[in-house]
Amino acid sequence: MKQGQSHIVSRIVTVSLLLSIALAASILLGLSFGPTGSVSQTLAVIFQKQDMNPMHHTIIWQIRLPRVLLAILVGATLSVGGLVFQALLRNPLAEPYILGISGGSAIGAIIGIMLGMSRFPGVSFTAFLGSLASLALILVMTTGHTILKKEALLLSGVMVNAFCSAVILFLISLAHDSRLHNILFWLMGDLSTANGPQVAILAAMLVPCFVLIFWFSHSMNLLLMGKEMAQTMGVNIKTVTIVLLVTASFMISATVSYCGLLGFIGLVMPHLLRLLFGSDHRVLVPACAIGGGAFLAICDLLARTLPQQGEMPPGVITALIGAPLFIYLLKRSGR
Amino acid sequence: MTSAIEIINLNHSYGSRAVLQDLAFTVSSGDFFIIIGPNGSGKTTLMRAMAGILKISQGQLNILGRPLFEYKRKKFARMVALVPQGLPVDFPFTVTECVLMGRAPYNRALGIENAQDHAIAQQAMQFTEVDHLATRKLHQLSGGEQQRVFIARAICQQPQILLLDEPTASLDLAHQVRIMDLMERLKTEKGVTVVMVSHDINLAAMYADQLLLLRDGQVVRMGAPHQILDFKTLEETYGCKLLVDSSPLGDLPRVTLVPRKYLNNR
Repeated sequence: MKQGQSHIVSRIVTVSLLLSIALAASILLGLSFGPTGSVSQTLAVIFQKQDMNPMHHTIIWQIRLPRVLLAILVGATLSVGGLVFQALLRNPLAEPYILGISGGSAIGAIIGIMLGMSRFPGVSFTAFLGSLASLALILVMTTGHTILKKEALLLSGVMVNAFCSAVILFLISLAHDSRLHNILFWLMGDLSTANGPQVAILAAMLVPCFVLIFWFSHSMNLLLMGKEMAQTMGVNIKTVTIVLLVTASFMISATVSYCGLLGFIGLVMPHLLRLLFGSDHRVLVPACAIGGGAFLAICDLLARTLPQQGEMPPGVITALIGAPLFIYLLKRSGR
Repeated sequence: MTSAIEIINLNHSYGSRAVLQDLAFTVSSGDFFIIIGPNGSGKTTLMRAMAGILKISQGQLNILGRPLFEYKRKKFARMVALVPQGLPVDFPFTVTECVLMGRAPYNRALGIENAQDHAIAQQAMQFTEVDHLATRKLHQLSGGEQQRVFIARAICQQPQILLLDEPTASLDLAHQVRIMDLMERLKTEKGVTVVMVSHDINLAAMYADQLLLLRDGQVVRMGAPHQILDFKTLEETYGCKLLVDSSPLGDLPRVTLVPRKYLNNR
């Protein structure tokens, strides 16, 4: 009886605190590891001990901290985005890129890279325009009542993605040399460009989205009972659908534009946390934000420290760790 | 007796196809009201109209003495609850979580439930006899258990009118009777007006205070079961051979299908 009886507020707080510990640990580890330094040195810098080394200070605060924060923001956004799309489409296979936002922003980014623009704000801006264009396209294609038909929404997204893939391959076949390398890195997701002020701008765009989605988390529960039941329980399903769709798309566009198409995390995190903490979205929205952030921070740490030279795309690690972990939890839960 | 639902010249069409035509009838407060009729007669459309999730093309629909469109969404959800056809079990909510959702029309921000909401959910689960399943996941339950959970969720809304769209479809005999008995108790013990769509004429005849026979979006007949269930009306409405006699339970009509191979003997 304990799960059902316990008060929802205490469940939200407990789960959030638990995951916050993981998040704090991931921040500490993320700040500590790299070509130089260790956990004890990092703690010394953080707590302003006397023996701190000015170079460590710079590395930790100006290089590693923005990167760790970026990983957390991106992980949180993609996880929450995946959760929202799974609820809106009532489809457990939904993920943040399912409606074609990835395709649109990829086209935008590739065009920006081919025109020789700088990574920020140039390419980010063209990528953002691209994703907004694909969102606009989806909204136009599913105007009026069809926006409530999940099949129509899903199929429109599949078509937008298919079309964009063709355009992407076309553009790649035209590109060569260093630009091709930049395009491929962008397509695999890349957190290495993190810098303090830019991450702060991103955070300012994303945090209000998290709050708005959390506000609608109970409506997401009701939506999963089916459109009709949700309506007869007092949910304005049209408003809820549009607000969630646009908010989630906007935050995904913003992150993807800044750091490319990081895959897998948006699909697996909501499921992983659902297996651990149940299906109530009032618990899952904060859990995805905090847990997803911690997960990507750890994955990014491994992606930049494991290779002898350079880095590997963090998307490689998210799938390498996430997929087996997910299968293990799935087996254990006996679904 | 006051009217729970009053329908005046209701018309509805999907595109150019008229599904409900000049419907006019009244459901009295506290009745067990069952709508029967062949496939495509407009039963589900009528149900959706009464639940306020279908904007009717024309006509008037009064709920508890007021036009339906005058109600605010949440206020309406405290008056009328719906158990639709085809229930969602894709996402693994627990039974308690599902039943508690019925408190949504009463809740404040984030749908945070208080102790009273938990108590009401507990009562609803006891009423439909699913309290022992409280921590189980929906998708692990049998069809009959799931249906009782969704009914508990509807009861949790504390509605004065409960609408159910074929709640006994695809259930075994024991579960059919169990669900119908529950509705009977809901009516007599709590005074809830129960409006149900059913395909099972015999089951409907045993429980309904009033039966509405619908065909092509029009009322064929309405009244107490023994008044309207004669073989001529039914044969004309359903377009098949039927026998109607008396149920061994008493003064109730009993409908028997007549397969083709028995037709010559008749």
